[in-house]
Amino acid sequence: MTDSYDVIVVGAGHNGLVCSALLAKAGKKVLVLEANDRVGGAAVTREFADGYSVSACAHLLYQLQPSVCKDLGLKPKLATKDMQTIALSDNGKHVRYSGVDVNGVNDSDTQNYRAFHKRMARYADLLNTYLNKTPPRLGTTDFKDLSTLARLGLDIRRLGKEDMREFLRLIGMNIHDELNERFENPLLKGALSFDAVLGTHLGPRSPGTIMTYLYRLAGDHGRLAIPQGGMGSISDSLATLARDAGVTIRTGIPVGRIVVENGRVGGVETTAGEHFESLTVVSNADPKRTIMDLVGARHVETGFTRRIDHIRMRGNAAKLHLALDGLPQIDGLTEEDFAERLVIAPDEHYVERAFNPAKYGECSPQPIIELTFPSFRDESLAPTGQHVLSAVLQYAPYQLAGGWKDEAKDAFRDTAINVIARYMPDIASRVVASELLTPADIEREFHITGGHWHHGELSLDQFLFVRPVCGAAQYRMPLDGLYLCGAGAHPGGGVSGAAGRNAARTILRRERAA
Amino acid sequence: MTIREVHQGRLRTPFYSRLAALDTVNTWHEWKGYTSAEELYCAETEYFAIRNATAVFDLTPMTKYRITGPDALPYIDRLVTRDMTKVKPGRVAYAVWCDDQGQVIDDGTIFHLRDGEYRLCSQERHFAWLNAAAIGFDVTITEETADIAALAVQGPTSFSILSRMGLGGLAELKLFDLTHVDFEGVELMVSRTGFTGDLGYELWIAPEKAEVLWDKLFAAGKVTGIRAIGTHALEVARIEAGLIAVYEEFLPVDETVRTGRSRSPLELGLGWLVDFKKVNFNGRRALADEKRRGSTWRLVKLDIEGNKAAHHSYIYAKEKGNKKEIGFITSAVWSPVCKQNIALGTVKTPHGKVGDNVWVEIYYQREMHWSRVMAKATVVDKPFWFPPRRSATPPGPY
Repeated sequence: MTDSYDVIVVGAGHNGLVCSALLAKAGKKVLVLEANDRVGGAAVTREFADGYSVSACAHLLYQLQPSVCKDLGLKPKLATKDMQTIALSDNGKHVRYSGVDVNGVNDSDTQNYRAFHKRMARYADLLNTYLNKTPPRLGTTDFKDLSTLARLGLDIRRLGKEDMREFLRLIGMNIHDELNERFENPLLKGALSFDAVLGTHLGPRSPGTIMTYLYRLAGDHGRLAIPQGGMGSISDSLATLARDAGVTIRTGIPVGRIVVENGRVGGVETTAGEHFESLTVVSNADPKRTIMDLVGARHVETGFTRRIDHIRMRGNAAKLHLALDGLPQIDGLTEEDFAERLVIAPDEHYVERAFNPAKYGECSPQPIIELTFPSFRDESLAPTGQHVLSAVLQYAPYQLAGGWKDEAKDAFRDTAINVIARYMPDIASRVVASELLTPADIEREFHITGGHWHHGELSLDQFLFVRPVCGAAQYRMPLDGLYLCGAGAHPGGGVSGAAGRNAARTILRRERAA
Repeated sequence: MTIREVHQGRLRTPFYSRLAALDTVNTWHEWKGYTSAEELYCAETEYFAIRNATAVFDLTPMTKYRITGPDALPYIDRLVTRDMTKVKPGRVAYAVWCDDQGQVIDDGTIFHLRDGEYRLCSQERHFAWLNAAAIGFDVTITEETADIAALAVQGPTSFSILSRMGLGGLAELKLFDLTHVDFEGVELMVSRTGFTGDLGYELWIAPEKAEVLWDKLFAAGKVTGIRAIGTHALEVARIEAGLIAVYEEFLPVDETVRTGRSRSPLELGLGWLVDFKKVNFNGRRALADEKRRGSTWRLVKLDIEGNKAAHHSYIYAKEKGNKKEIGFITSAVWSPVCKQNIALGTVKTPHGKVGDNVWVEIYYQREMHWSRVMAKATVVDKPFWFPPRRSATPPGPY
């Protein structure tokens, strides 16, 4: 006896939940199967030491699409919002920025930053419009594709002559050159470089890092927030909304394969051998896992598998979680500043140097680090008076030469703590427990190939019309009934829900057309 | 870094010494890195050896890949358009393979040597594509072009000669069968295949035994007539047999730049090789779509009036008053055995249905001056040369 559904969603990541909820709201009978014991994928809160919890992978919310919130009635509860970024200096003269404002730099940098941010925000708005659209196909006569494409051209043109020219100049450029044309302050340049390369296998001198910077700004101009209860609360709310809409969500059930019958999708089979039937399967897994592992190369064609195989998705960001018996000392900060985002990237060359070893499979001896103290405004995460630190460390290449053995992990954790100690001298003595998640751990725990949290590098050749690969950029894979709804599809990673929403809309639109 | 001196601009096949000894005209050309004879004494004489006696052609430069491993069958079955599950060990399949857009990359023969062990032979090199197709399959693909010496032995007396050589079991060998026999202590693979549309075989052996194989073959052929031939003679036979050739009837799609310059199997008269009952193969979605929509091009075999070969000619729908051509000739020759002016061509659909008349614009030169004739042509169905002996089993003795 097998159960039959209109749609089966493989994976209850936040995109899978958004997609399933929207499909259920449209009257579909939807089943979501999640391998892990809880929903959320990489957007989860979990205990890493007795009494200490943290957002296990994604820890800052800055891209959640208003369209997703509106369609689903999602009202995220935020512990902290409109966070500043504080670029830490070892002499206590930190630089702070948020929106168009920057402090701690000279007048010239202040003015230039304002102009820079305004222009970037304008381009980011343009980009943001397209995050909520199915990317058009090139070379078709489909009216919707042509009109979206024409609209894109028109929107770029409507930036005005000067801004359009500047946009076209910048979009393929590296952030390093642009920052050095505009700014003097090394801390500011370091922190902005960091923003551009966060979560990528790119250094600030890599081409396309303006685009990754714009992608970051596209969600709400880069305004940062931390949800109450950690990132898992967003996923839990989405799961509740999905269940209310009629979705069946089952956790702890890994899908072993997507069943293909007579050249089309027929359902899924779990690793335990359980069968679920559906003519529509939506995968929240990354494109490589979906096609190569769950479907199998023999069910799709060679050109497609070659493109999927070539997707660059080797993660380079590690996550460090520290349980602390109290807040550390930082020279030049007030206690309130622990609510903000702290960045260790003292100058733009430091960031590029951190990247250098990663090209050759080595960790950065001087990593760049993004730090938050989520427990500062959220007592649910740590025992009273104690705190958790959640940090992103770069670069920690997925394919570490010699592999991610325990010694390698311990060494990288110690490296990171030593770097942090430069700014917080008492940090080591405050550590009660710690956890380091390397890209290899992220792959294992969250089932993301290469541990790349965007499900594929964000770069011009893997963006918009060609995400995940050309010929499959409209959520629909070249196998009847198979769709992609995760970060590997347009527009990409971050807790935004855009991919899930766009996928659901595509599926419903196709059904109306059929 | 030192640059090694290039000793040989072109490689020589293991049969080179024997071919060179027979060669009287010294017309060699390059074929996939090897030197290959266009003719050895006279192309016409060589051609008649194919049709009236036995012709021997050195096909060692033909690209060969060995495909093995647990997934060899599913791999090949997805690679090509025909159903390979039906091709049992000991059988050879003519096949065509496409990209995801259903456009032909190449055609060739696939030898099912032993259970799960295959050899793919083609005109062009395809290692990159074959490896791309192997992503997600447990297969090993080995380039073995230089590891195997190969001869085509074609013509009405070929069976008699090979039998006289002492090769056993050939009487039962049906068209597209292959067998392994012992030859001088090594394994000789004999397949009943060829590129001439006639009775014929192909012999595949380790390069060390190439010369002795040649010598024994020619010794056995002395009585009934045997001749080494070059590519010119083979080309005539190929057109008579209605067989398509890469760079003549189609370009490998990965070699085309302009859209519309590639061809699908359906456009090359190879619809019989496309098995839509298979749930997946490279190009299936596109070809199913093409079948629904209709193809743009059609391959035609033309029987043309007159005796002037229609090389490179335009094809028109009418004799006069044409606005535009409907296609062009891709291969043309006067067929000595059929006594027909024959050609292969490509025309836009819906033109070119079997039985249709079309007009071929032939330019020809007489004493420097050019003339033009519009020759009426008929689209025919069957190959121009299609003798019963091609597939008769056992083949008759001659």
